[in-house]
Amino acid sequence: MDITTKTVQRLIWWVVFSLSLTPALNLLFKTISQNLGADPAKEIVLELGTWAINFLWLSLAITPVRKLFGWRSVLKFRRMLGLYCYFYATLHLLAFATFIIGWDLQVLLQELTERPYAVVGFIALLLLTPLAITSTKAMQRRLKKNWVSLHKLVYVIALLVLLHIIWQVRSDFSEALWYGLLLFWLLAYRYYKSASSARRSAKNKIASAVGMKAHR
Amino acid sequence: MLIKQQPKILSSEITAETIYQQRRNFIKSTLAVTAALATPSVAALSDYQIEEGQQLYPGPDWLQKKLQASQKHAQYQAVDKLTPYRDVISYNNFYEFGFDKSDPAQKAQNFITDPWKVEVSGEVAKPGSYHLEDFVAPHMLQERIYRMRCVEAWSMVIPWVGIPLAEVLKRFEPTSKAKYVEFTTLHDPQQMPQQDSYFGTLDWPYVEGLRLDEAMNPLAFLATGLYGQALPPQNGAPLRLVVPWKYGFKGIKSIVKIRFTEKMPVNTWNKTAPREYGFYANVNPQVDHPRWSQATERRLPSGLFSPNRIKTLPFNGYAEEVAHLYKGMDLTKWI
Repeated sequence: MDITTKTVQRLIWWVVFSLSLTPALNLLFKTISQNLGADPAKEIVLELGTWAINFLWLSLAITPVRKLFGWRSVLKFRRMLGLYCYFYATLHLLAFATFIIGWDLQVLLQELTERPYAVVGFIALLLLTPLAITSTKAMQRRLKKNWVSLHKLVYVIALLVLLHIIWQVRSDFSEALWYGLLLFWLLAYRYYKSASSARRSAKNKIASAVGMKAHR
Repeated sequence: MLIKQQPKILSSEITAETIYQQRRNFIKSTLAVTAALATPSVAALSDYQIEEGQQLYPGPDWLQKKLQASQKHAQYQAVDKLTPYRDVISYNNFYEFGFDKSDPAQKAQNFITDPWKVEVSGEVAKPGSYHLEDFVAPHMLQERIYRMRCVEAWSMVIPWVGIPLAEVLKRFEPTSKAKYVEFTTLHDPQQMPQQDSYFGTLDWPYVEGLRLDEAMNPLAFLATGLYGQALPPQNGAPLRLVVPWKYGFKGIKSIVKIRFTEKMPVNTWNKTAPREYGFYANVNPQVDHPRWSQATERRLPSGLFSPNRIKTLPFNGYAEEVAHLYKGMDLTKWI
């Protein structure tokens, strides 16, 4: 690899990294300039939550995008996007506990254990934690095959997050619908691909068996 | 029987001189603004201040005249700190204009509020269709400061200007068959874009209702203004219901129909999600919404590090005035 490609790649990495940080900075800027309306607490919590979901969906889009367009290079952003999801999700919970609940532990505990939408959201964040911790290359090497099975949790997390959205709908279900359709496509694509590759490998086996017979 | 009470006024509510001075500045600036807009009249002002630079909704001239002559109601005054004008007119649930809290303020500015007609029908001796001006004409506008508790667990304190619902309803002489009053919002997808949307679960037009004795309770109110000004479209101009002991969604906006009925009306939210929203919708900290708690509320505007979370009171603190209406009813069932 020559030096210019390396520089370009590093540049791209920084662009993606800074773009992903923009929503947080934008929110910080709006907070400081008191530009969040009558209920800044809710605005902040909602915005952080929305971006956590966006990054989760983006990290799930890596595999289909790679396969559809043959862009192998996108794979190296998956970890970053996943960690950004964790970053925004953690801030989302912290903002909820601080700005909405005011760290009234009794109320907080009640919300996180009794309100169905909050319960699934909280579980999703808890499940994300081991994924974030084991996201390093060293951990990946250490866990070997288990790493892949562990990180399959992301599908459960995504479904919990979708419930978190659906259970908060009062009347407008457009957002829940879009996120749901996108997730359906992201999961269906994987299912279709793995099913067709299983068919292909089964076919190959038969073909090779037949071939062997013919040779005989 | 109505027992007159002494107004509850805290010393903290007495306007400080600095604010009084600001008010004078405000009047001066308003005069300049209104002169610039060439509006013939200057809106009547109360003793509170509206932040400088706030755009005021002018409303029709006849309303301006009535607003100037409006008087404070002796009993219903503030024990709570008022929610600033800016927040009252920029943070609204008015789904006809959009689902975000900021949508109504942005999208309702060209909403036509004058001329406006209100149709009175059903079990009454004097049905008819009335111009809003005539509808309001026999009454003196009064100002009442009420708490408003939204079912989403936030609340505000708002100085409304309007007329007591009971006085209005009596004029149409409800018959002995009239047990309920049903209100309907304007249906006009041209002006209210969400009424044409595919992504809402609500049936338009919006409908709300009260039992006749609830409607006749002295607390029930029809607002045509707030903060001494004409009611802005995002707050339900030109005519909205205010029933402060009930959740905010009962306060139907931009009313065009009032119908007296024998049967209980089906209100829009109840029709959409009967397990979550009842007909009565009385504020009740003991009965949670299936998806969120109603035990506490956040009084807006809430600061970031002081969420302003307070305990929710039964009937939003108006139990003394209205609890008797529900004697013998199981309020965990009649949500």
